[in-house]
Order: sequence, then structure tokens, then C-alpha cells
Amino acid sequence: MAVKRTLASVVLGAVLALPAFADEDPAIAARQGQFKLFAHNFGVVGGMAQGRMDYDAEMAQTAADNLFHLTRVDQGRLWPEGTDSASSEGTRANADIWDNLDDFVSKFVDLQNAVEDLQGVAGSGLDEVRASVMAVGGTCQACHEDYRDEES
Amino acid sequence: MLRRVVLILVMIGLIAAGALWVLSAPRVPDSDTLARLDGEPERGRDVFLAAGCGSCHMAPGREADPLVMSGGREFVSDFGKFYAPNISPDPEHGIGDWTQDQFITAVMRGVSPGGQHYYPAFPYTAYIRAEPQDIADLHAYMMTLPRDETASRDHDIGFPFNIRRAVGLWKTLFLQEEWVLTDDLTEEEARGRYLVEALAHCAECHTPRNMLGALDSARWMEGAPNPSGRGRIPPIAGEGFTWTAFDISAYLETGFTPEFDVVGGTMAAVVANLQQLESAEREAIAAYLLRLRD
Repeated sequence: MAVKRTLASVVLGAVLALPAFADEDPAIAARQGQFKLFAHNFGVVGGMAQGRMDYDAEMAQTAADNLFHLTRVDQGRLWPEGTDSASSEGTRANADIWDNLDDFVSKFVDLQNAVEDLQGVAGSGLDEVRASVMAVGGTCQACHEDYRDEES
Repeated sequence: MLRRVVLILVMIGLIAAGALWVLSAPRVPDSDTLARLDGEPERGRDVFLAAGCGSCHMAPGREADPLVMSGGREFVSDFGKFYAPNISPDPEHGIGDWTQDQFITAVMRGVSPGGQHYYPAFPYTAYIRAEPQDIADLHAYMMTLPRDETASRDHDIGFPFNIRRAVGLWKTLFLQEEWVLTDDLTEEEARGRYLVEALAHCAECHTPRNMLGALDSARWMEGAPNPSGRGRIPPIAGEGFTWTAFDISAYLETGFTPEFDVVGGTMAAVVANLQQLESAEREAIAAYLLRLRD
């Protein structure tokens, strides 16, 4: 009996604890997954630019192609209201994004354009890739600087 | 009898007050020596970048020209709000009418030309370890920057922190010229120490503070709460920091972490400055930070 009661309270406790996670908007995890894919591909051309790995035209082109398509995924459902760091756990997206949506969008368009340039030069040599990678990085930075909180 | 006790107490009080007054007085380096240094603007640009002057003193927002030192940026702290002042060469609103020795005294001791203490939001606590020659070069360079007529804004600080003279006591307790890392260092590590501990004042964000806002050197560079915003400033020493020397210098040059996340927040301006220096400078910073791990 005592065991049953203990078990019941453990289960109940677990169920009560669940909503805290269940309430989190899935859009947060989805967009974080998107950024991980950005980084995973950017790491190929970025690694070449930094000298971590040798330049390989084919690998660079594949990564740049991936980035082109990844940055063209429609963002419409990834940034719902109320998924900023002041209202939601587990996100570093500052509420300023939603107060400056036009600027946020234009910074994302800058990223798309820079990635398109990268796609154009990815196969043409390390120097071209290096310059283009720095330009892409600059567009990431511009947004992170204004709209992403420090890690907690 | 009572009279005598009161008299003694009053005397003790006076002595204590006198001691506090003396302790809180601004201490400045010898101005004749400072005035004789020959400032070289070309070299001063590197000092300007390494010391990150523009990161705080440029106008809020990146749209503005990063060389216009108009000030105005807000810094929230436990003690109130600080506003970066105008340090452009404008003689009225900036620092154009300061002499070289006044400038060096301000930067390296936190004392204004009028003899007032600056709050340690201005990191003279780090710049005190700089070479006066570098600060003379910095002055020469900054006098070549554009003038700006924006008036400096008063800090918004509550009692008792608004008593500037109290900063003198704070300095007596916490302003120290000695290096934090006192081990025997290679030339490269020593250069890194100069950049990290003196010019780039990395500890101001990466080291936690005590109740009076002084850096806790026992937890040097081990990460700290973000003074003005959410989250934490990450560790760059200690167990929580596992980057290689290459990771560090590559990050400071490109802004890319080993996972290819891209720098943001207040660190973005630091990278924007340091990436303009010689690669040896970034490698020296990395060499110093790795020594902190030993």
C-alpha cells in the first residue's frame, strides 16, 4: 500500500511537472534546429576560411548550396508572439525582435543575399570563399548583436 | 568626565574624517613626466582598438560612424545608470581642450582635469596597468577623430553612490596597479597579459564582482552575470573554458566559435576591434588565457 502511494505520488509529481515543458512553443525548438543546421553547414566554409581544414571546392559548394536553401525556408511560423526570452524559457531571442520586426526581417534578408553571393563563389577558390564567409558572418553578427541575449 | 569622553570621541571622529579625506583624495602620476611623452597617432590607433574605447563611447547603434566618440550609450549597474560621455575632440562637449597629461591621468587613474574621481564604470582599474607612452599615443590618435557636439549626459546614480569623493575610498581598497597573473611568463604571454589585463579590460565583463562592484580576482575570468541584460558572460578561464589557442585567436579574428556560432552581444564590438590588429596580438591573448588554465 505504502509502495503504491509512493508510486502514485511520483507519477502525479511527474505529470504536474510536465506542463512546464509542454507549454513551451515548439517553434522555439524548431528555429533553434534551423540555426544548428546553419552552423553545421557554415562550419564547412567557415572552417576553410579559418584554416581549420583545407579548401575543397566540392565540399564548399555543397555547404553553400545547403545554406542557400536553408536560409530560404519560410520563417512565418518560427517566430510567434510570446516566444521571446522575457516570456518563454529556453530562448535567447530578445523581445526587441517583435518591436522591430521590419529591421529583423531586413537583417534576415541581408543574410539571404550574403549566402547567395557565397553560393556563387564557393567553388572558385579559397580567397573568394574567405571574403564571402566573412560577409555572411557579418550578417549573422548584426542580428546577434541586437537581438540575441547572452547565454544563461 | 562626560565632557572628556565627548571630547575624545570628537577627536577620534575628526582624525577618522581626516584619514578618510586623505585616503579619498585623487592620486595622480607626475604630470611633468606625462607631459613630456611624445604621442604618436599612428601607434595610438592600435591602442584605441585594443582598449576598445569606441565600444562604449560611440553613439548607440551601429549606424553611426564608429569613430565618432559622441558617447550617450547607457550602462545599467547595481548602483544606477551610467552614460558614456562625449570623448570626441570637441573642445566644449568633448575632451579637445585636455592636455596630454590630463588625458593620461584621467585614463590611468580615473581623475578628471578638474580633480574629480570618475566612477569605475570607466575601466581605469585596468588602464592603470598600461604604459603611459601607449596612452600618450592614444591621446594623439583620438585628437584626429571627428568632433561631435553632443552634450554628455549626467549619470543617474542614487545616494550614497552619487558622492564622488567616496570613489576615492573605493580606489584605496580596489585600484591596484599590480598584475593579477604574477607567474613567470614568456614574452608572448606577457604581451597577452598586457592586452587582456590592461588595454582590453576583458575582466570587466568576464570576472564576477563583489558587493562593492570590485572584481573578484579569485574567480578571475571565470564568467559572470551580464551586468546589463539577461544571461551570463561566459568563462574564458577555469574549468568551464575548453577552447584551444587556435579557437581563441580564430574567434577574435572572425567572430566564429569552434561550433561556428557567430559572435553577438557586446562581444561583437570587441571582435570588430581586435580583428583589425596584427595576428600576433590575438595569439598573445590566447597564450595568456591558456596560462590562466594551468
